[in-house]
Amino acid sequence: MVALYPEKRSSLIPLLHLVQEQDGYVSPEGIEDVAELLGLTPAEVRGTASFYDMFHLEPVGRYLVAVCTNIACMLAGAYELLEHIESTLDAHPGETTADEMFTLEEAECLALCGNAPCLTVNWRYFGDMTPERWDQLAEDLRAGRLAGEVPPHGTLCRVRRSVGLLAGGGPQEARRASRKAATAPPPAWPDLNTQRTTPAAASTVLPEVTSQPEGLKQPEGLKKQPGGPMHEEGSRQ
Amino acid sequence: MSPSKLGPQIVTSRFGRAASWTLEPYLASGGYEGLRKALSMSPEEVHQAVSNSSILGRGGAGFDAGRKWGMLRKAQPAYLVVNGDESEPATFKDHALIEADPHQLIEGALICAYAINAARVFLFIRGEMALGIERVQAALNEAYEYGAVGERVFGSDFSVDVVVHPGAGAYICGEETALLESLEGKRGYPRIKPPYYPAAIGLYGAPTVVNNVETLSNLPFIMRNGAEAFFSLGNGHSRGTKIMALSGHVRRPGNYELVFADVTFRDLIYDPALGGGVREGRELKAFIPGGVSAPWFGPEQLDVPLANEKIAEAGSMAGSGAVTVMDETACPVRAAWRISRFFHRESCGQCTPCREGSGWVDKVMRRIEDGYGRTEDLDLLLDICDNIAPGVTWPPAQTTICVLGPSIPSSVAWAIRMFRDDFLEHVKQGGCPFPPDRLPTSLAHA
Repeated sequence: MVALYPEKRSSLIPLLHLVQEQDGYVSPEGIEDVAELLGLTPAEVRGTASFYDMFHLEPVGRYLVAVCTNIACMLAGAYELLEHIESTLDAHPGETTADEMFTLEEAECLALCGNAPCLTVNWRYFGDMTPERWDQLAEDLRAGRLAGEVPPHGTLCRVRRSVGLLAGGGPQEARRASRKAATAPPPAWPDLNTQRTTPAAASTVLPEVTSQPEGLKQPEGLKKQPGGPMHEEGSRQ
Repeated sequence: MSPSKLGPQIVTSRFGRAASWTLEPYLASGGYEGLRKALSMSPEEVHQAVSNSSILGRGGAGFDAGRKWGMLRKAQPAYLVVNGDESEPATFKDHALIEADPHQLIEGALICAYAINAARVFLFIRGEMALGIERVQAALNEAYEYGAVGERVFGSDFSVDVVVHPGAGAYICGEETALLESLEGKRGYPRIKPPYYPAAIGLYGAPTVVNNVETLSNLPFIMRNGAEAFFSLGNGHSRGTKIMALSGHVRRPGNYELVFADVTFRDLIYDPALGGGVREGRELKAFIPGGVSAPWFGPEQLDVPLANEKIAEAGSMAGSGAVTVMDETACPVRAAWRISRFFHRESCGQCTPCREGSGWVDKVMRRIEDGYGRTEDLDLLLDICDNIAPGVTWPPAQTTICVLGPSIPSSVAWAIRMFRDDFLEHVKQGGCPFPPDRLPTSLAHA
């Protein structure tokens, strides 16, 4: 992942997403790992992470429910929906339920305004929401019936890049980077993985989702991925 | 209006088709032919074709794409950064394009990369669009396998790599210099201008083109069918088609691809094949013509054509193509408050007028909506707006590094201008005179 960029700091945000995928939130240990990997101080990493809404520097519930209340959803009753969700969860935006199942957030526009009001659960979309549909959704989530659609919090992209950089004929920096990619061991994942041993951190790691959503399955012919520096990362799944 | 106003579909032609995001159906419908055509031409000829098509950037500013490429400083390395950080409230066209047709976006990006001689493309996709990121990454893996990306694309001398880069939740990263900062692994602070354009000093200080998802998604069509086919649609500066993202109190909210400059707001909102009219037969109160940064329009502007220059003449902006409709039951104070709250939450905090002004406006608007407002608050609000963007005119005066700050006054100032009585009624009644918005159980969705 670091090798995909001409300057390694560019991989900071993708790496923080990986930390969040493994720990369920951007943990202090994850910040230190990323800092070490990129030659930054933990304060620089944390200072960047804190700018972005998607990075949670404190643990969150199993499901992060982000309810959009921006203009289009508001006109479609998002605040009334949010009130209903608040009452069913007994939690306000920014809070986690007592059973640590749900963390509620009031989100800005999620770009699903044609199906307002909408919300996301661990960044998976649910549009045309009504109080009744929320009740059903919450029940399904609690029962673990949506494991295929809704991965654990922090899991952004379940499809891994299949190849490294190939454009050898490009400008000098691209060649340099691709040489590095060809020789360097897979950078981020093993490091982060082996250091994730403290019981506190381990308990926040949720079971990995093995099934892919229907639409994402790749055609048969493409399952055999060419080898490459990123391939080992991909095969971890 | 004839049904032909709905077509021809350039960028949404594969919407709704089975597995439209995978390679096989993409190839079956002319996929990657545009790239093959481009590779048979010289980069300069590709650039010329795009210039001839007169395509304006679809991100919000409406900057001529061919001109943007032409401003590129001649130096290597050069980069193409695709702006897929769509976060302008009520805009949901790029989200749909990314999820439904990622190969079209990748092909468009490759055509651009060839024309500007960029060996590395970064697809910056908004982090919240997790499914979109997964589909783009899966499509990119397929494109590598197919030989459309990588070393010697389709056997030509052109080599290019594409990297999918997820955002992490910050509206400001839609601003191109903030996006570049974010891509460099920093806080998304817009850069001080000059330099005005990343074409001179962009990513890592190298010449960089930043183009919107919809802009690039048009390129395969332009290459395949020629610039003339694109230019023949629309008129004036507004050529080709434009996706209008229609939301709010209409019967059929959704994305509609329409011939640029050929359709009016009335068509978009009331045509049975498009918006289908205001929900439950109510009266139109107001609409926002181009994303929440734009000044509001009322029923008297319904006949303004959907063209960049016509909307600008009428005193607002086409922006991202997001149209939000409010019916007679909508509370203008509540709507303008929610928009100012959005800017308050999303201000990056670099510039005082924006950082302090947005919070101040948010609080005063909330006070009025909650029934604790005073008559003099209206003058106070306009005074704050005047301090954020002097004159409170459109287009606004610039007092901040980026345009987020000057976007704050539009909704508040125009709401006060258009609906002063509603504001005063809040003060008089000590509360909101409008019913809370009801859930749209009766809505049919496009």
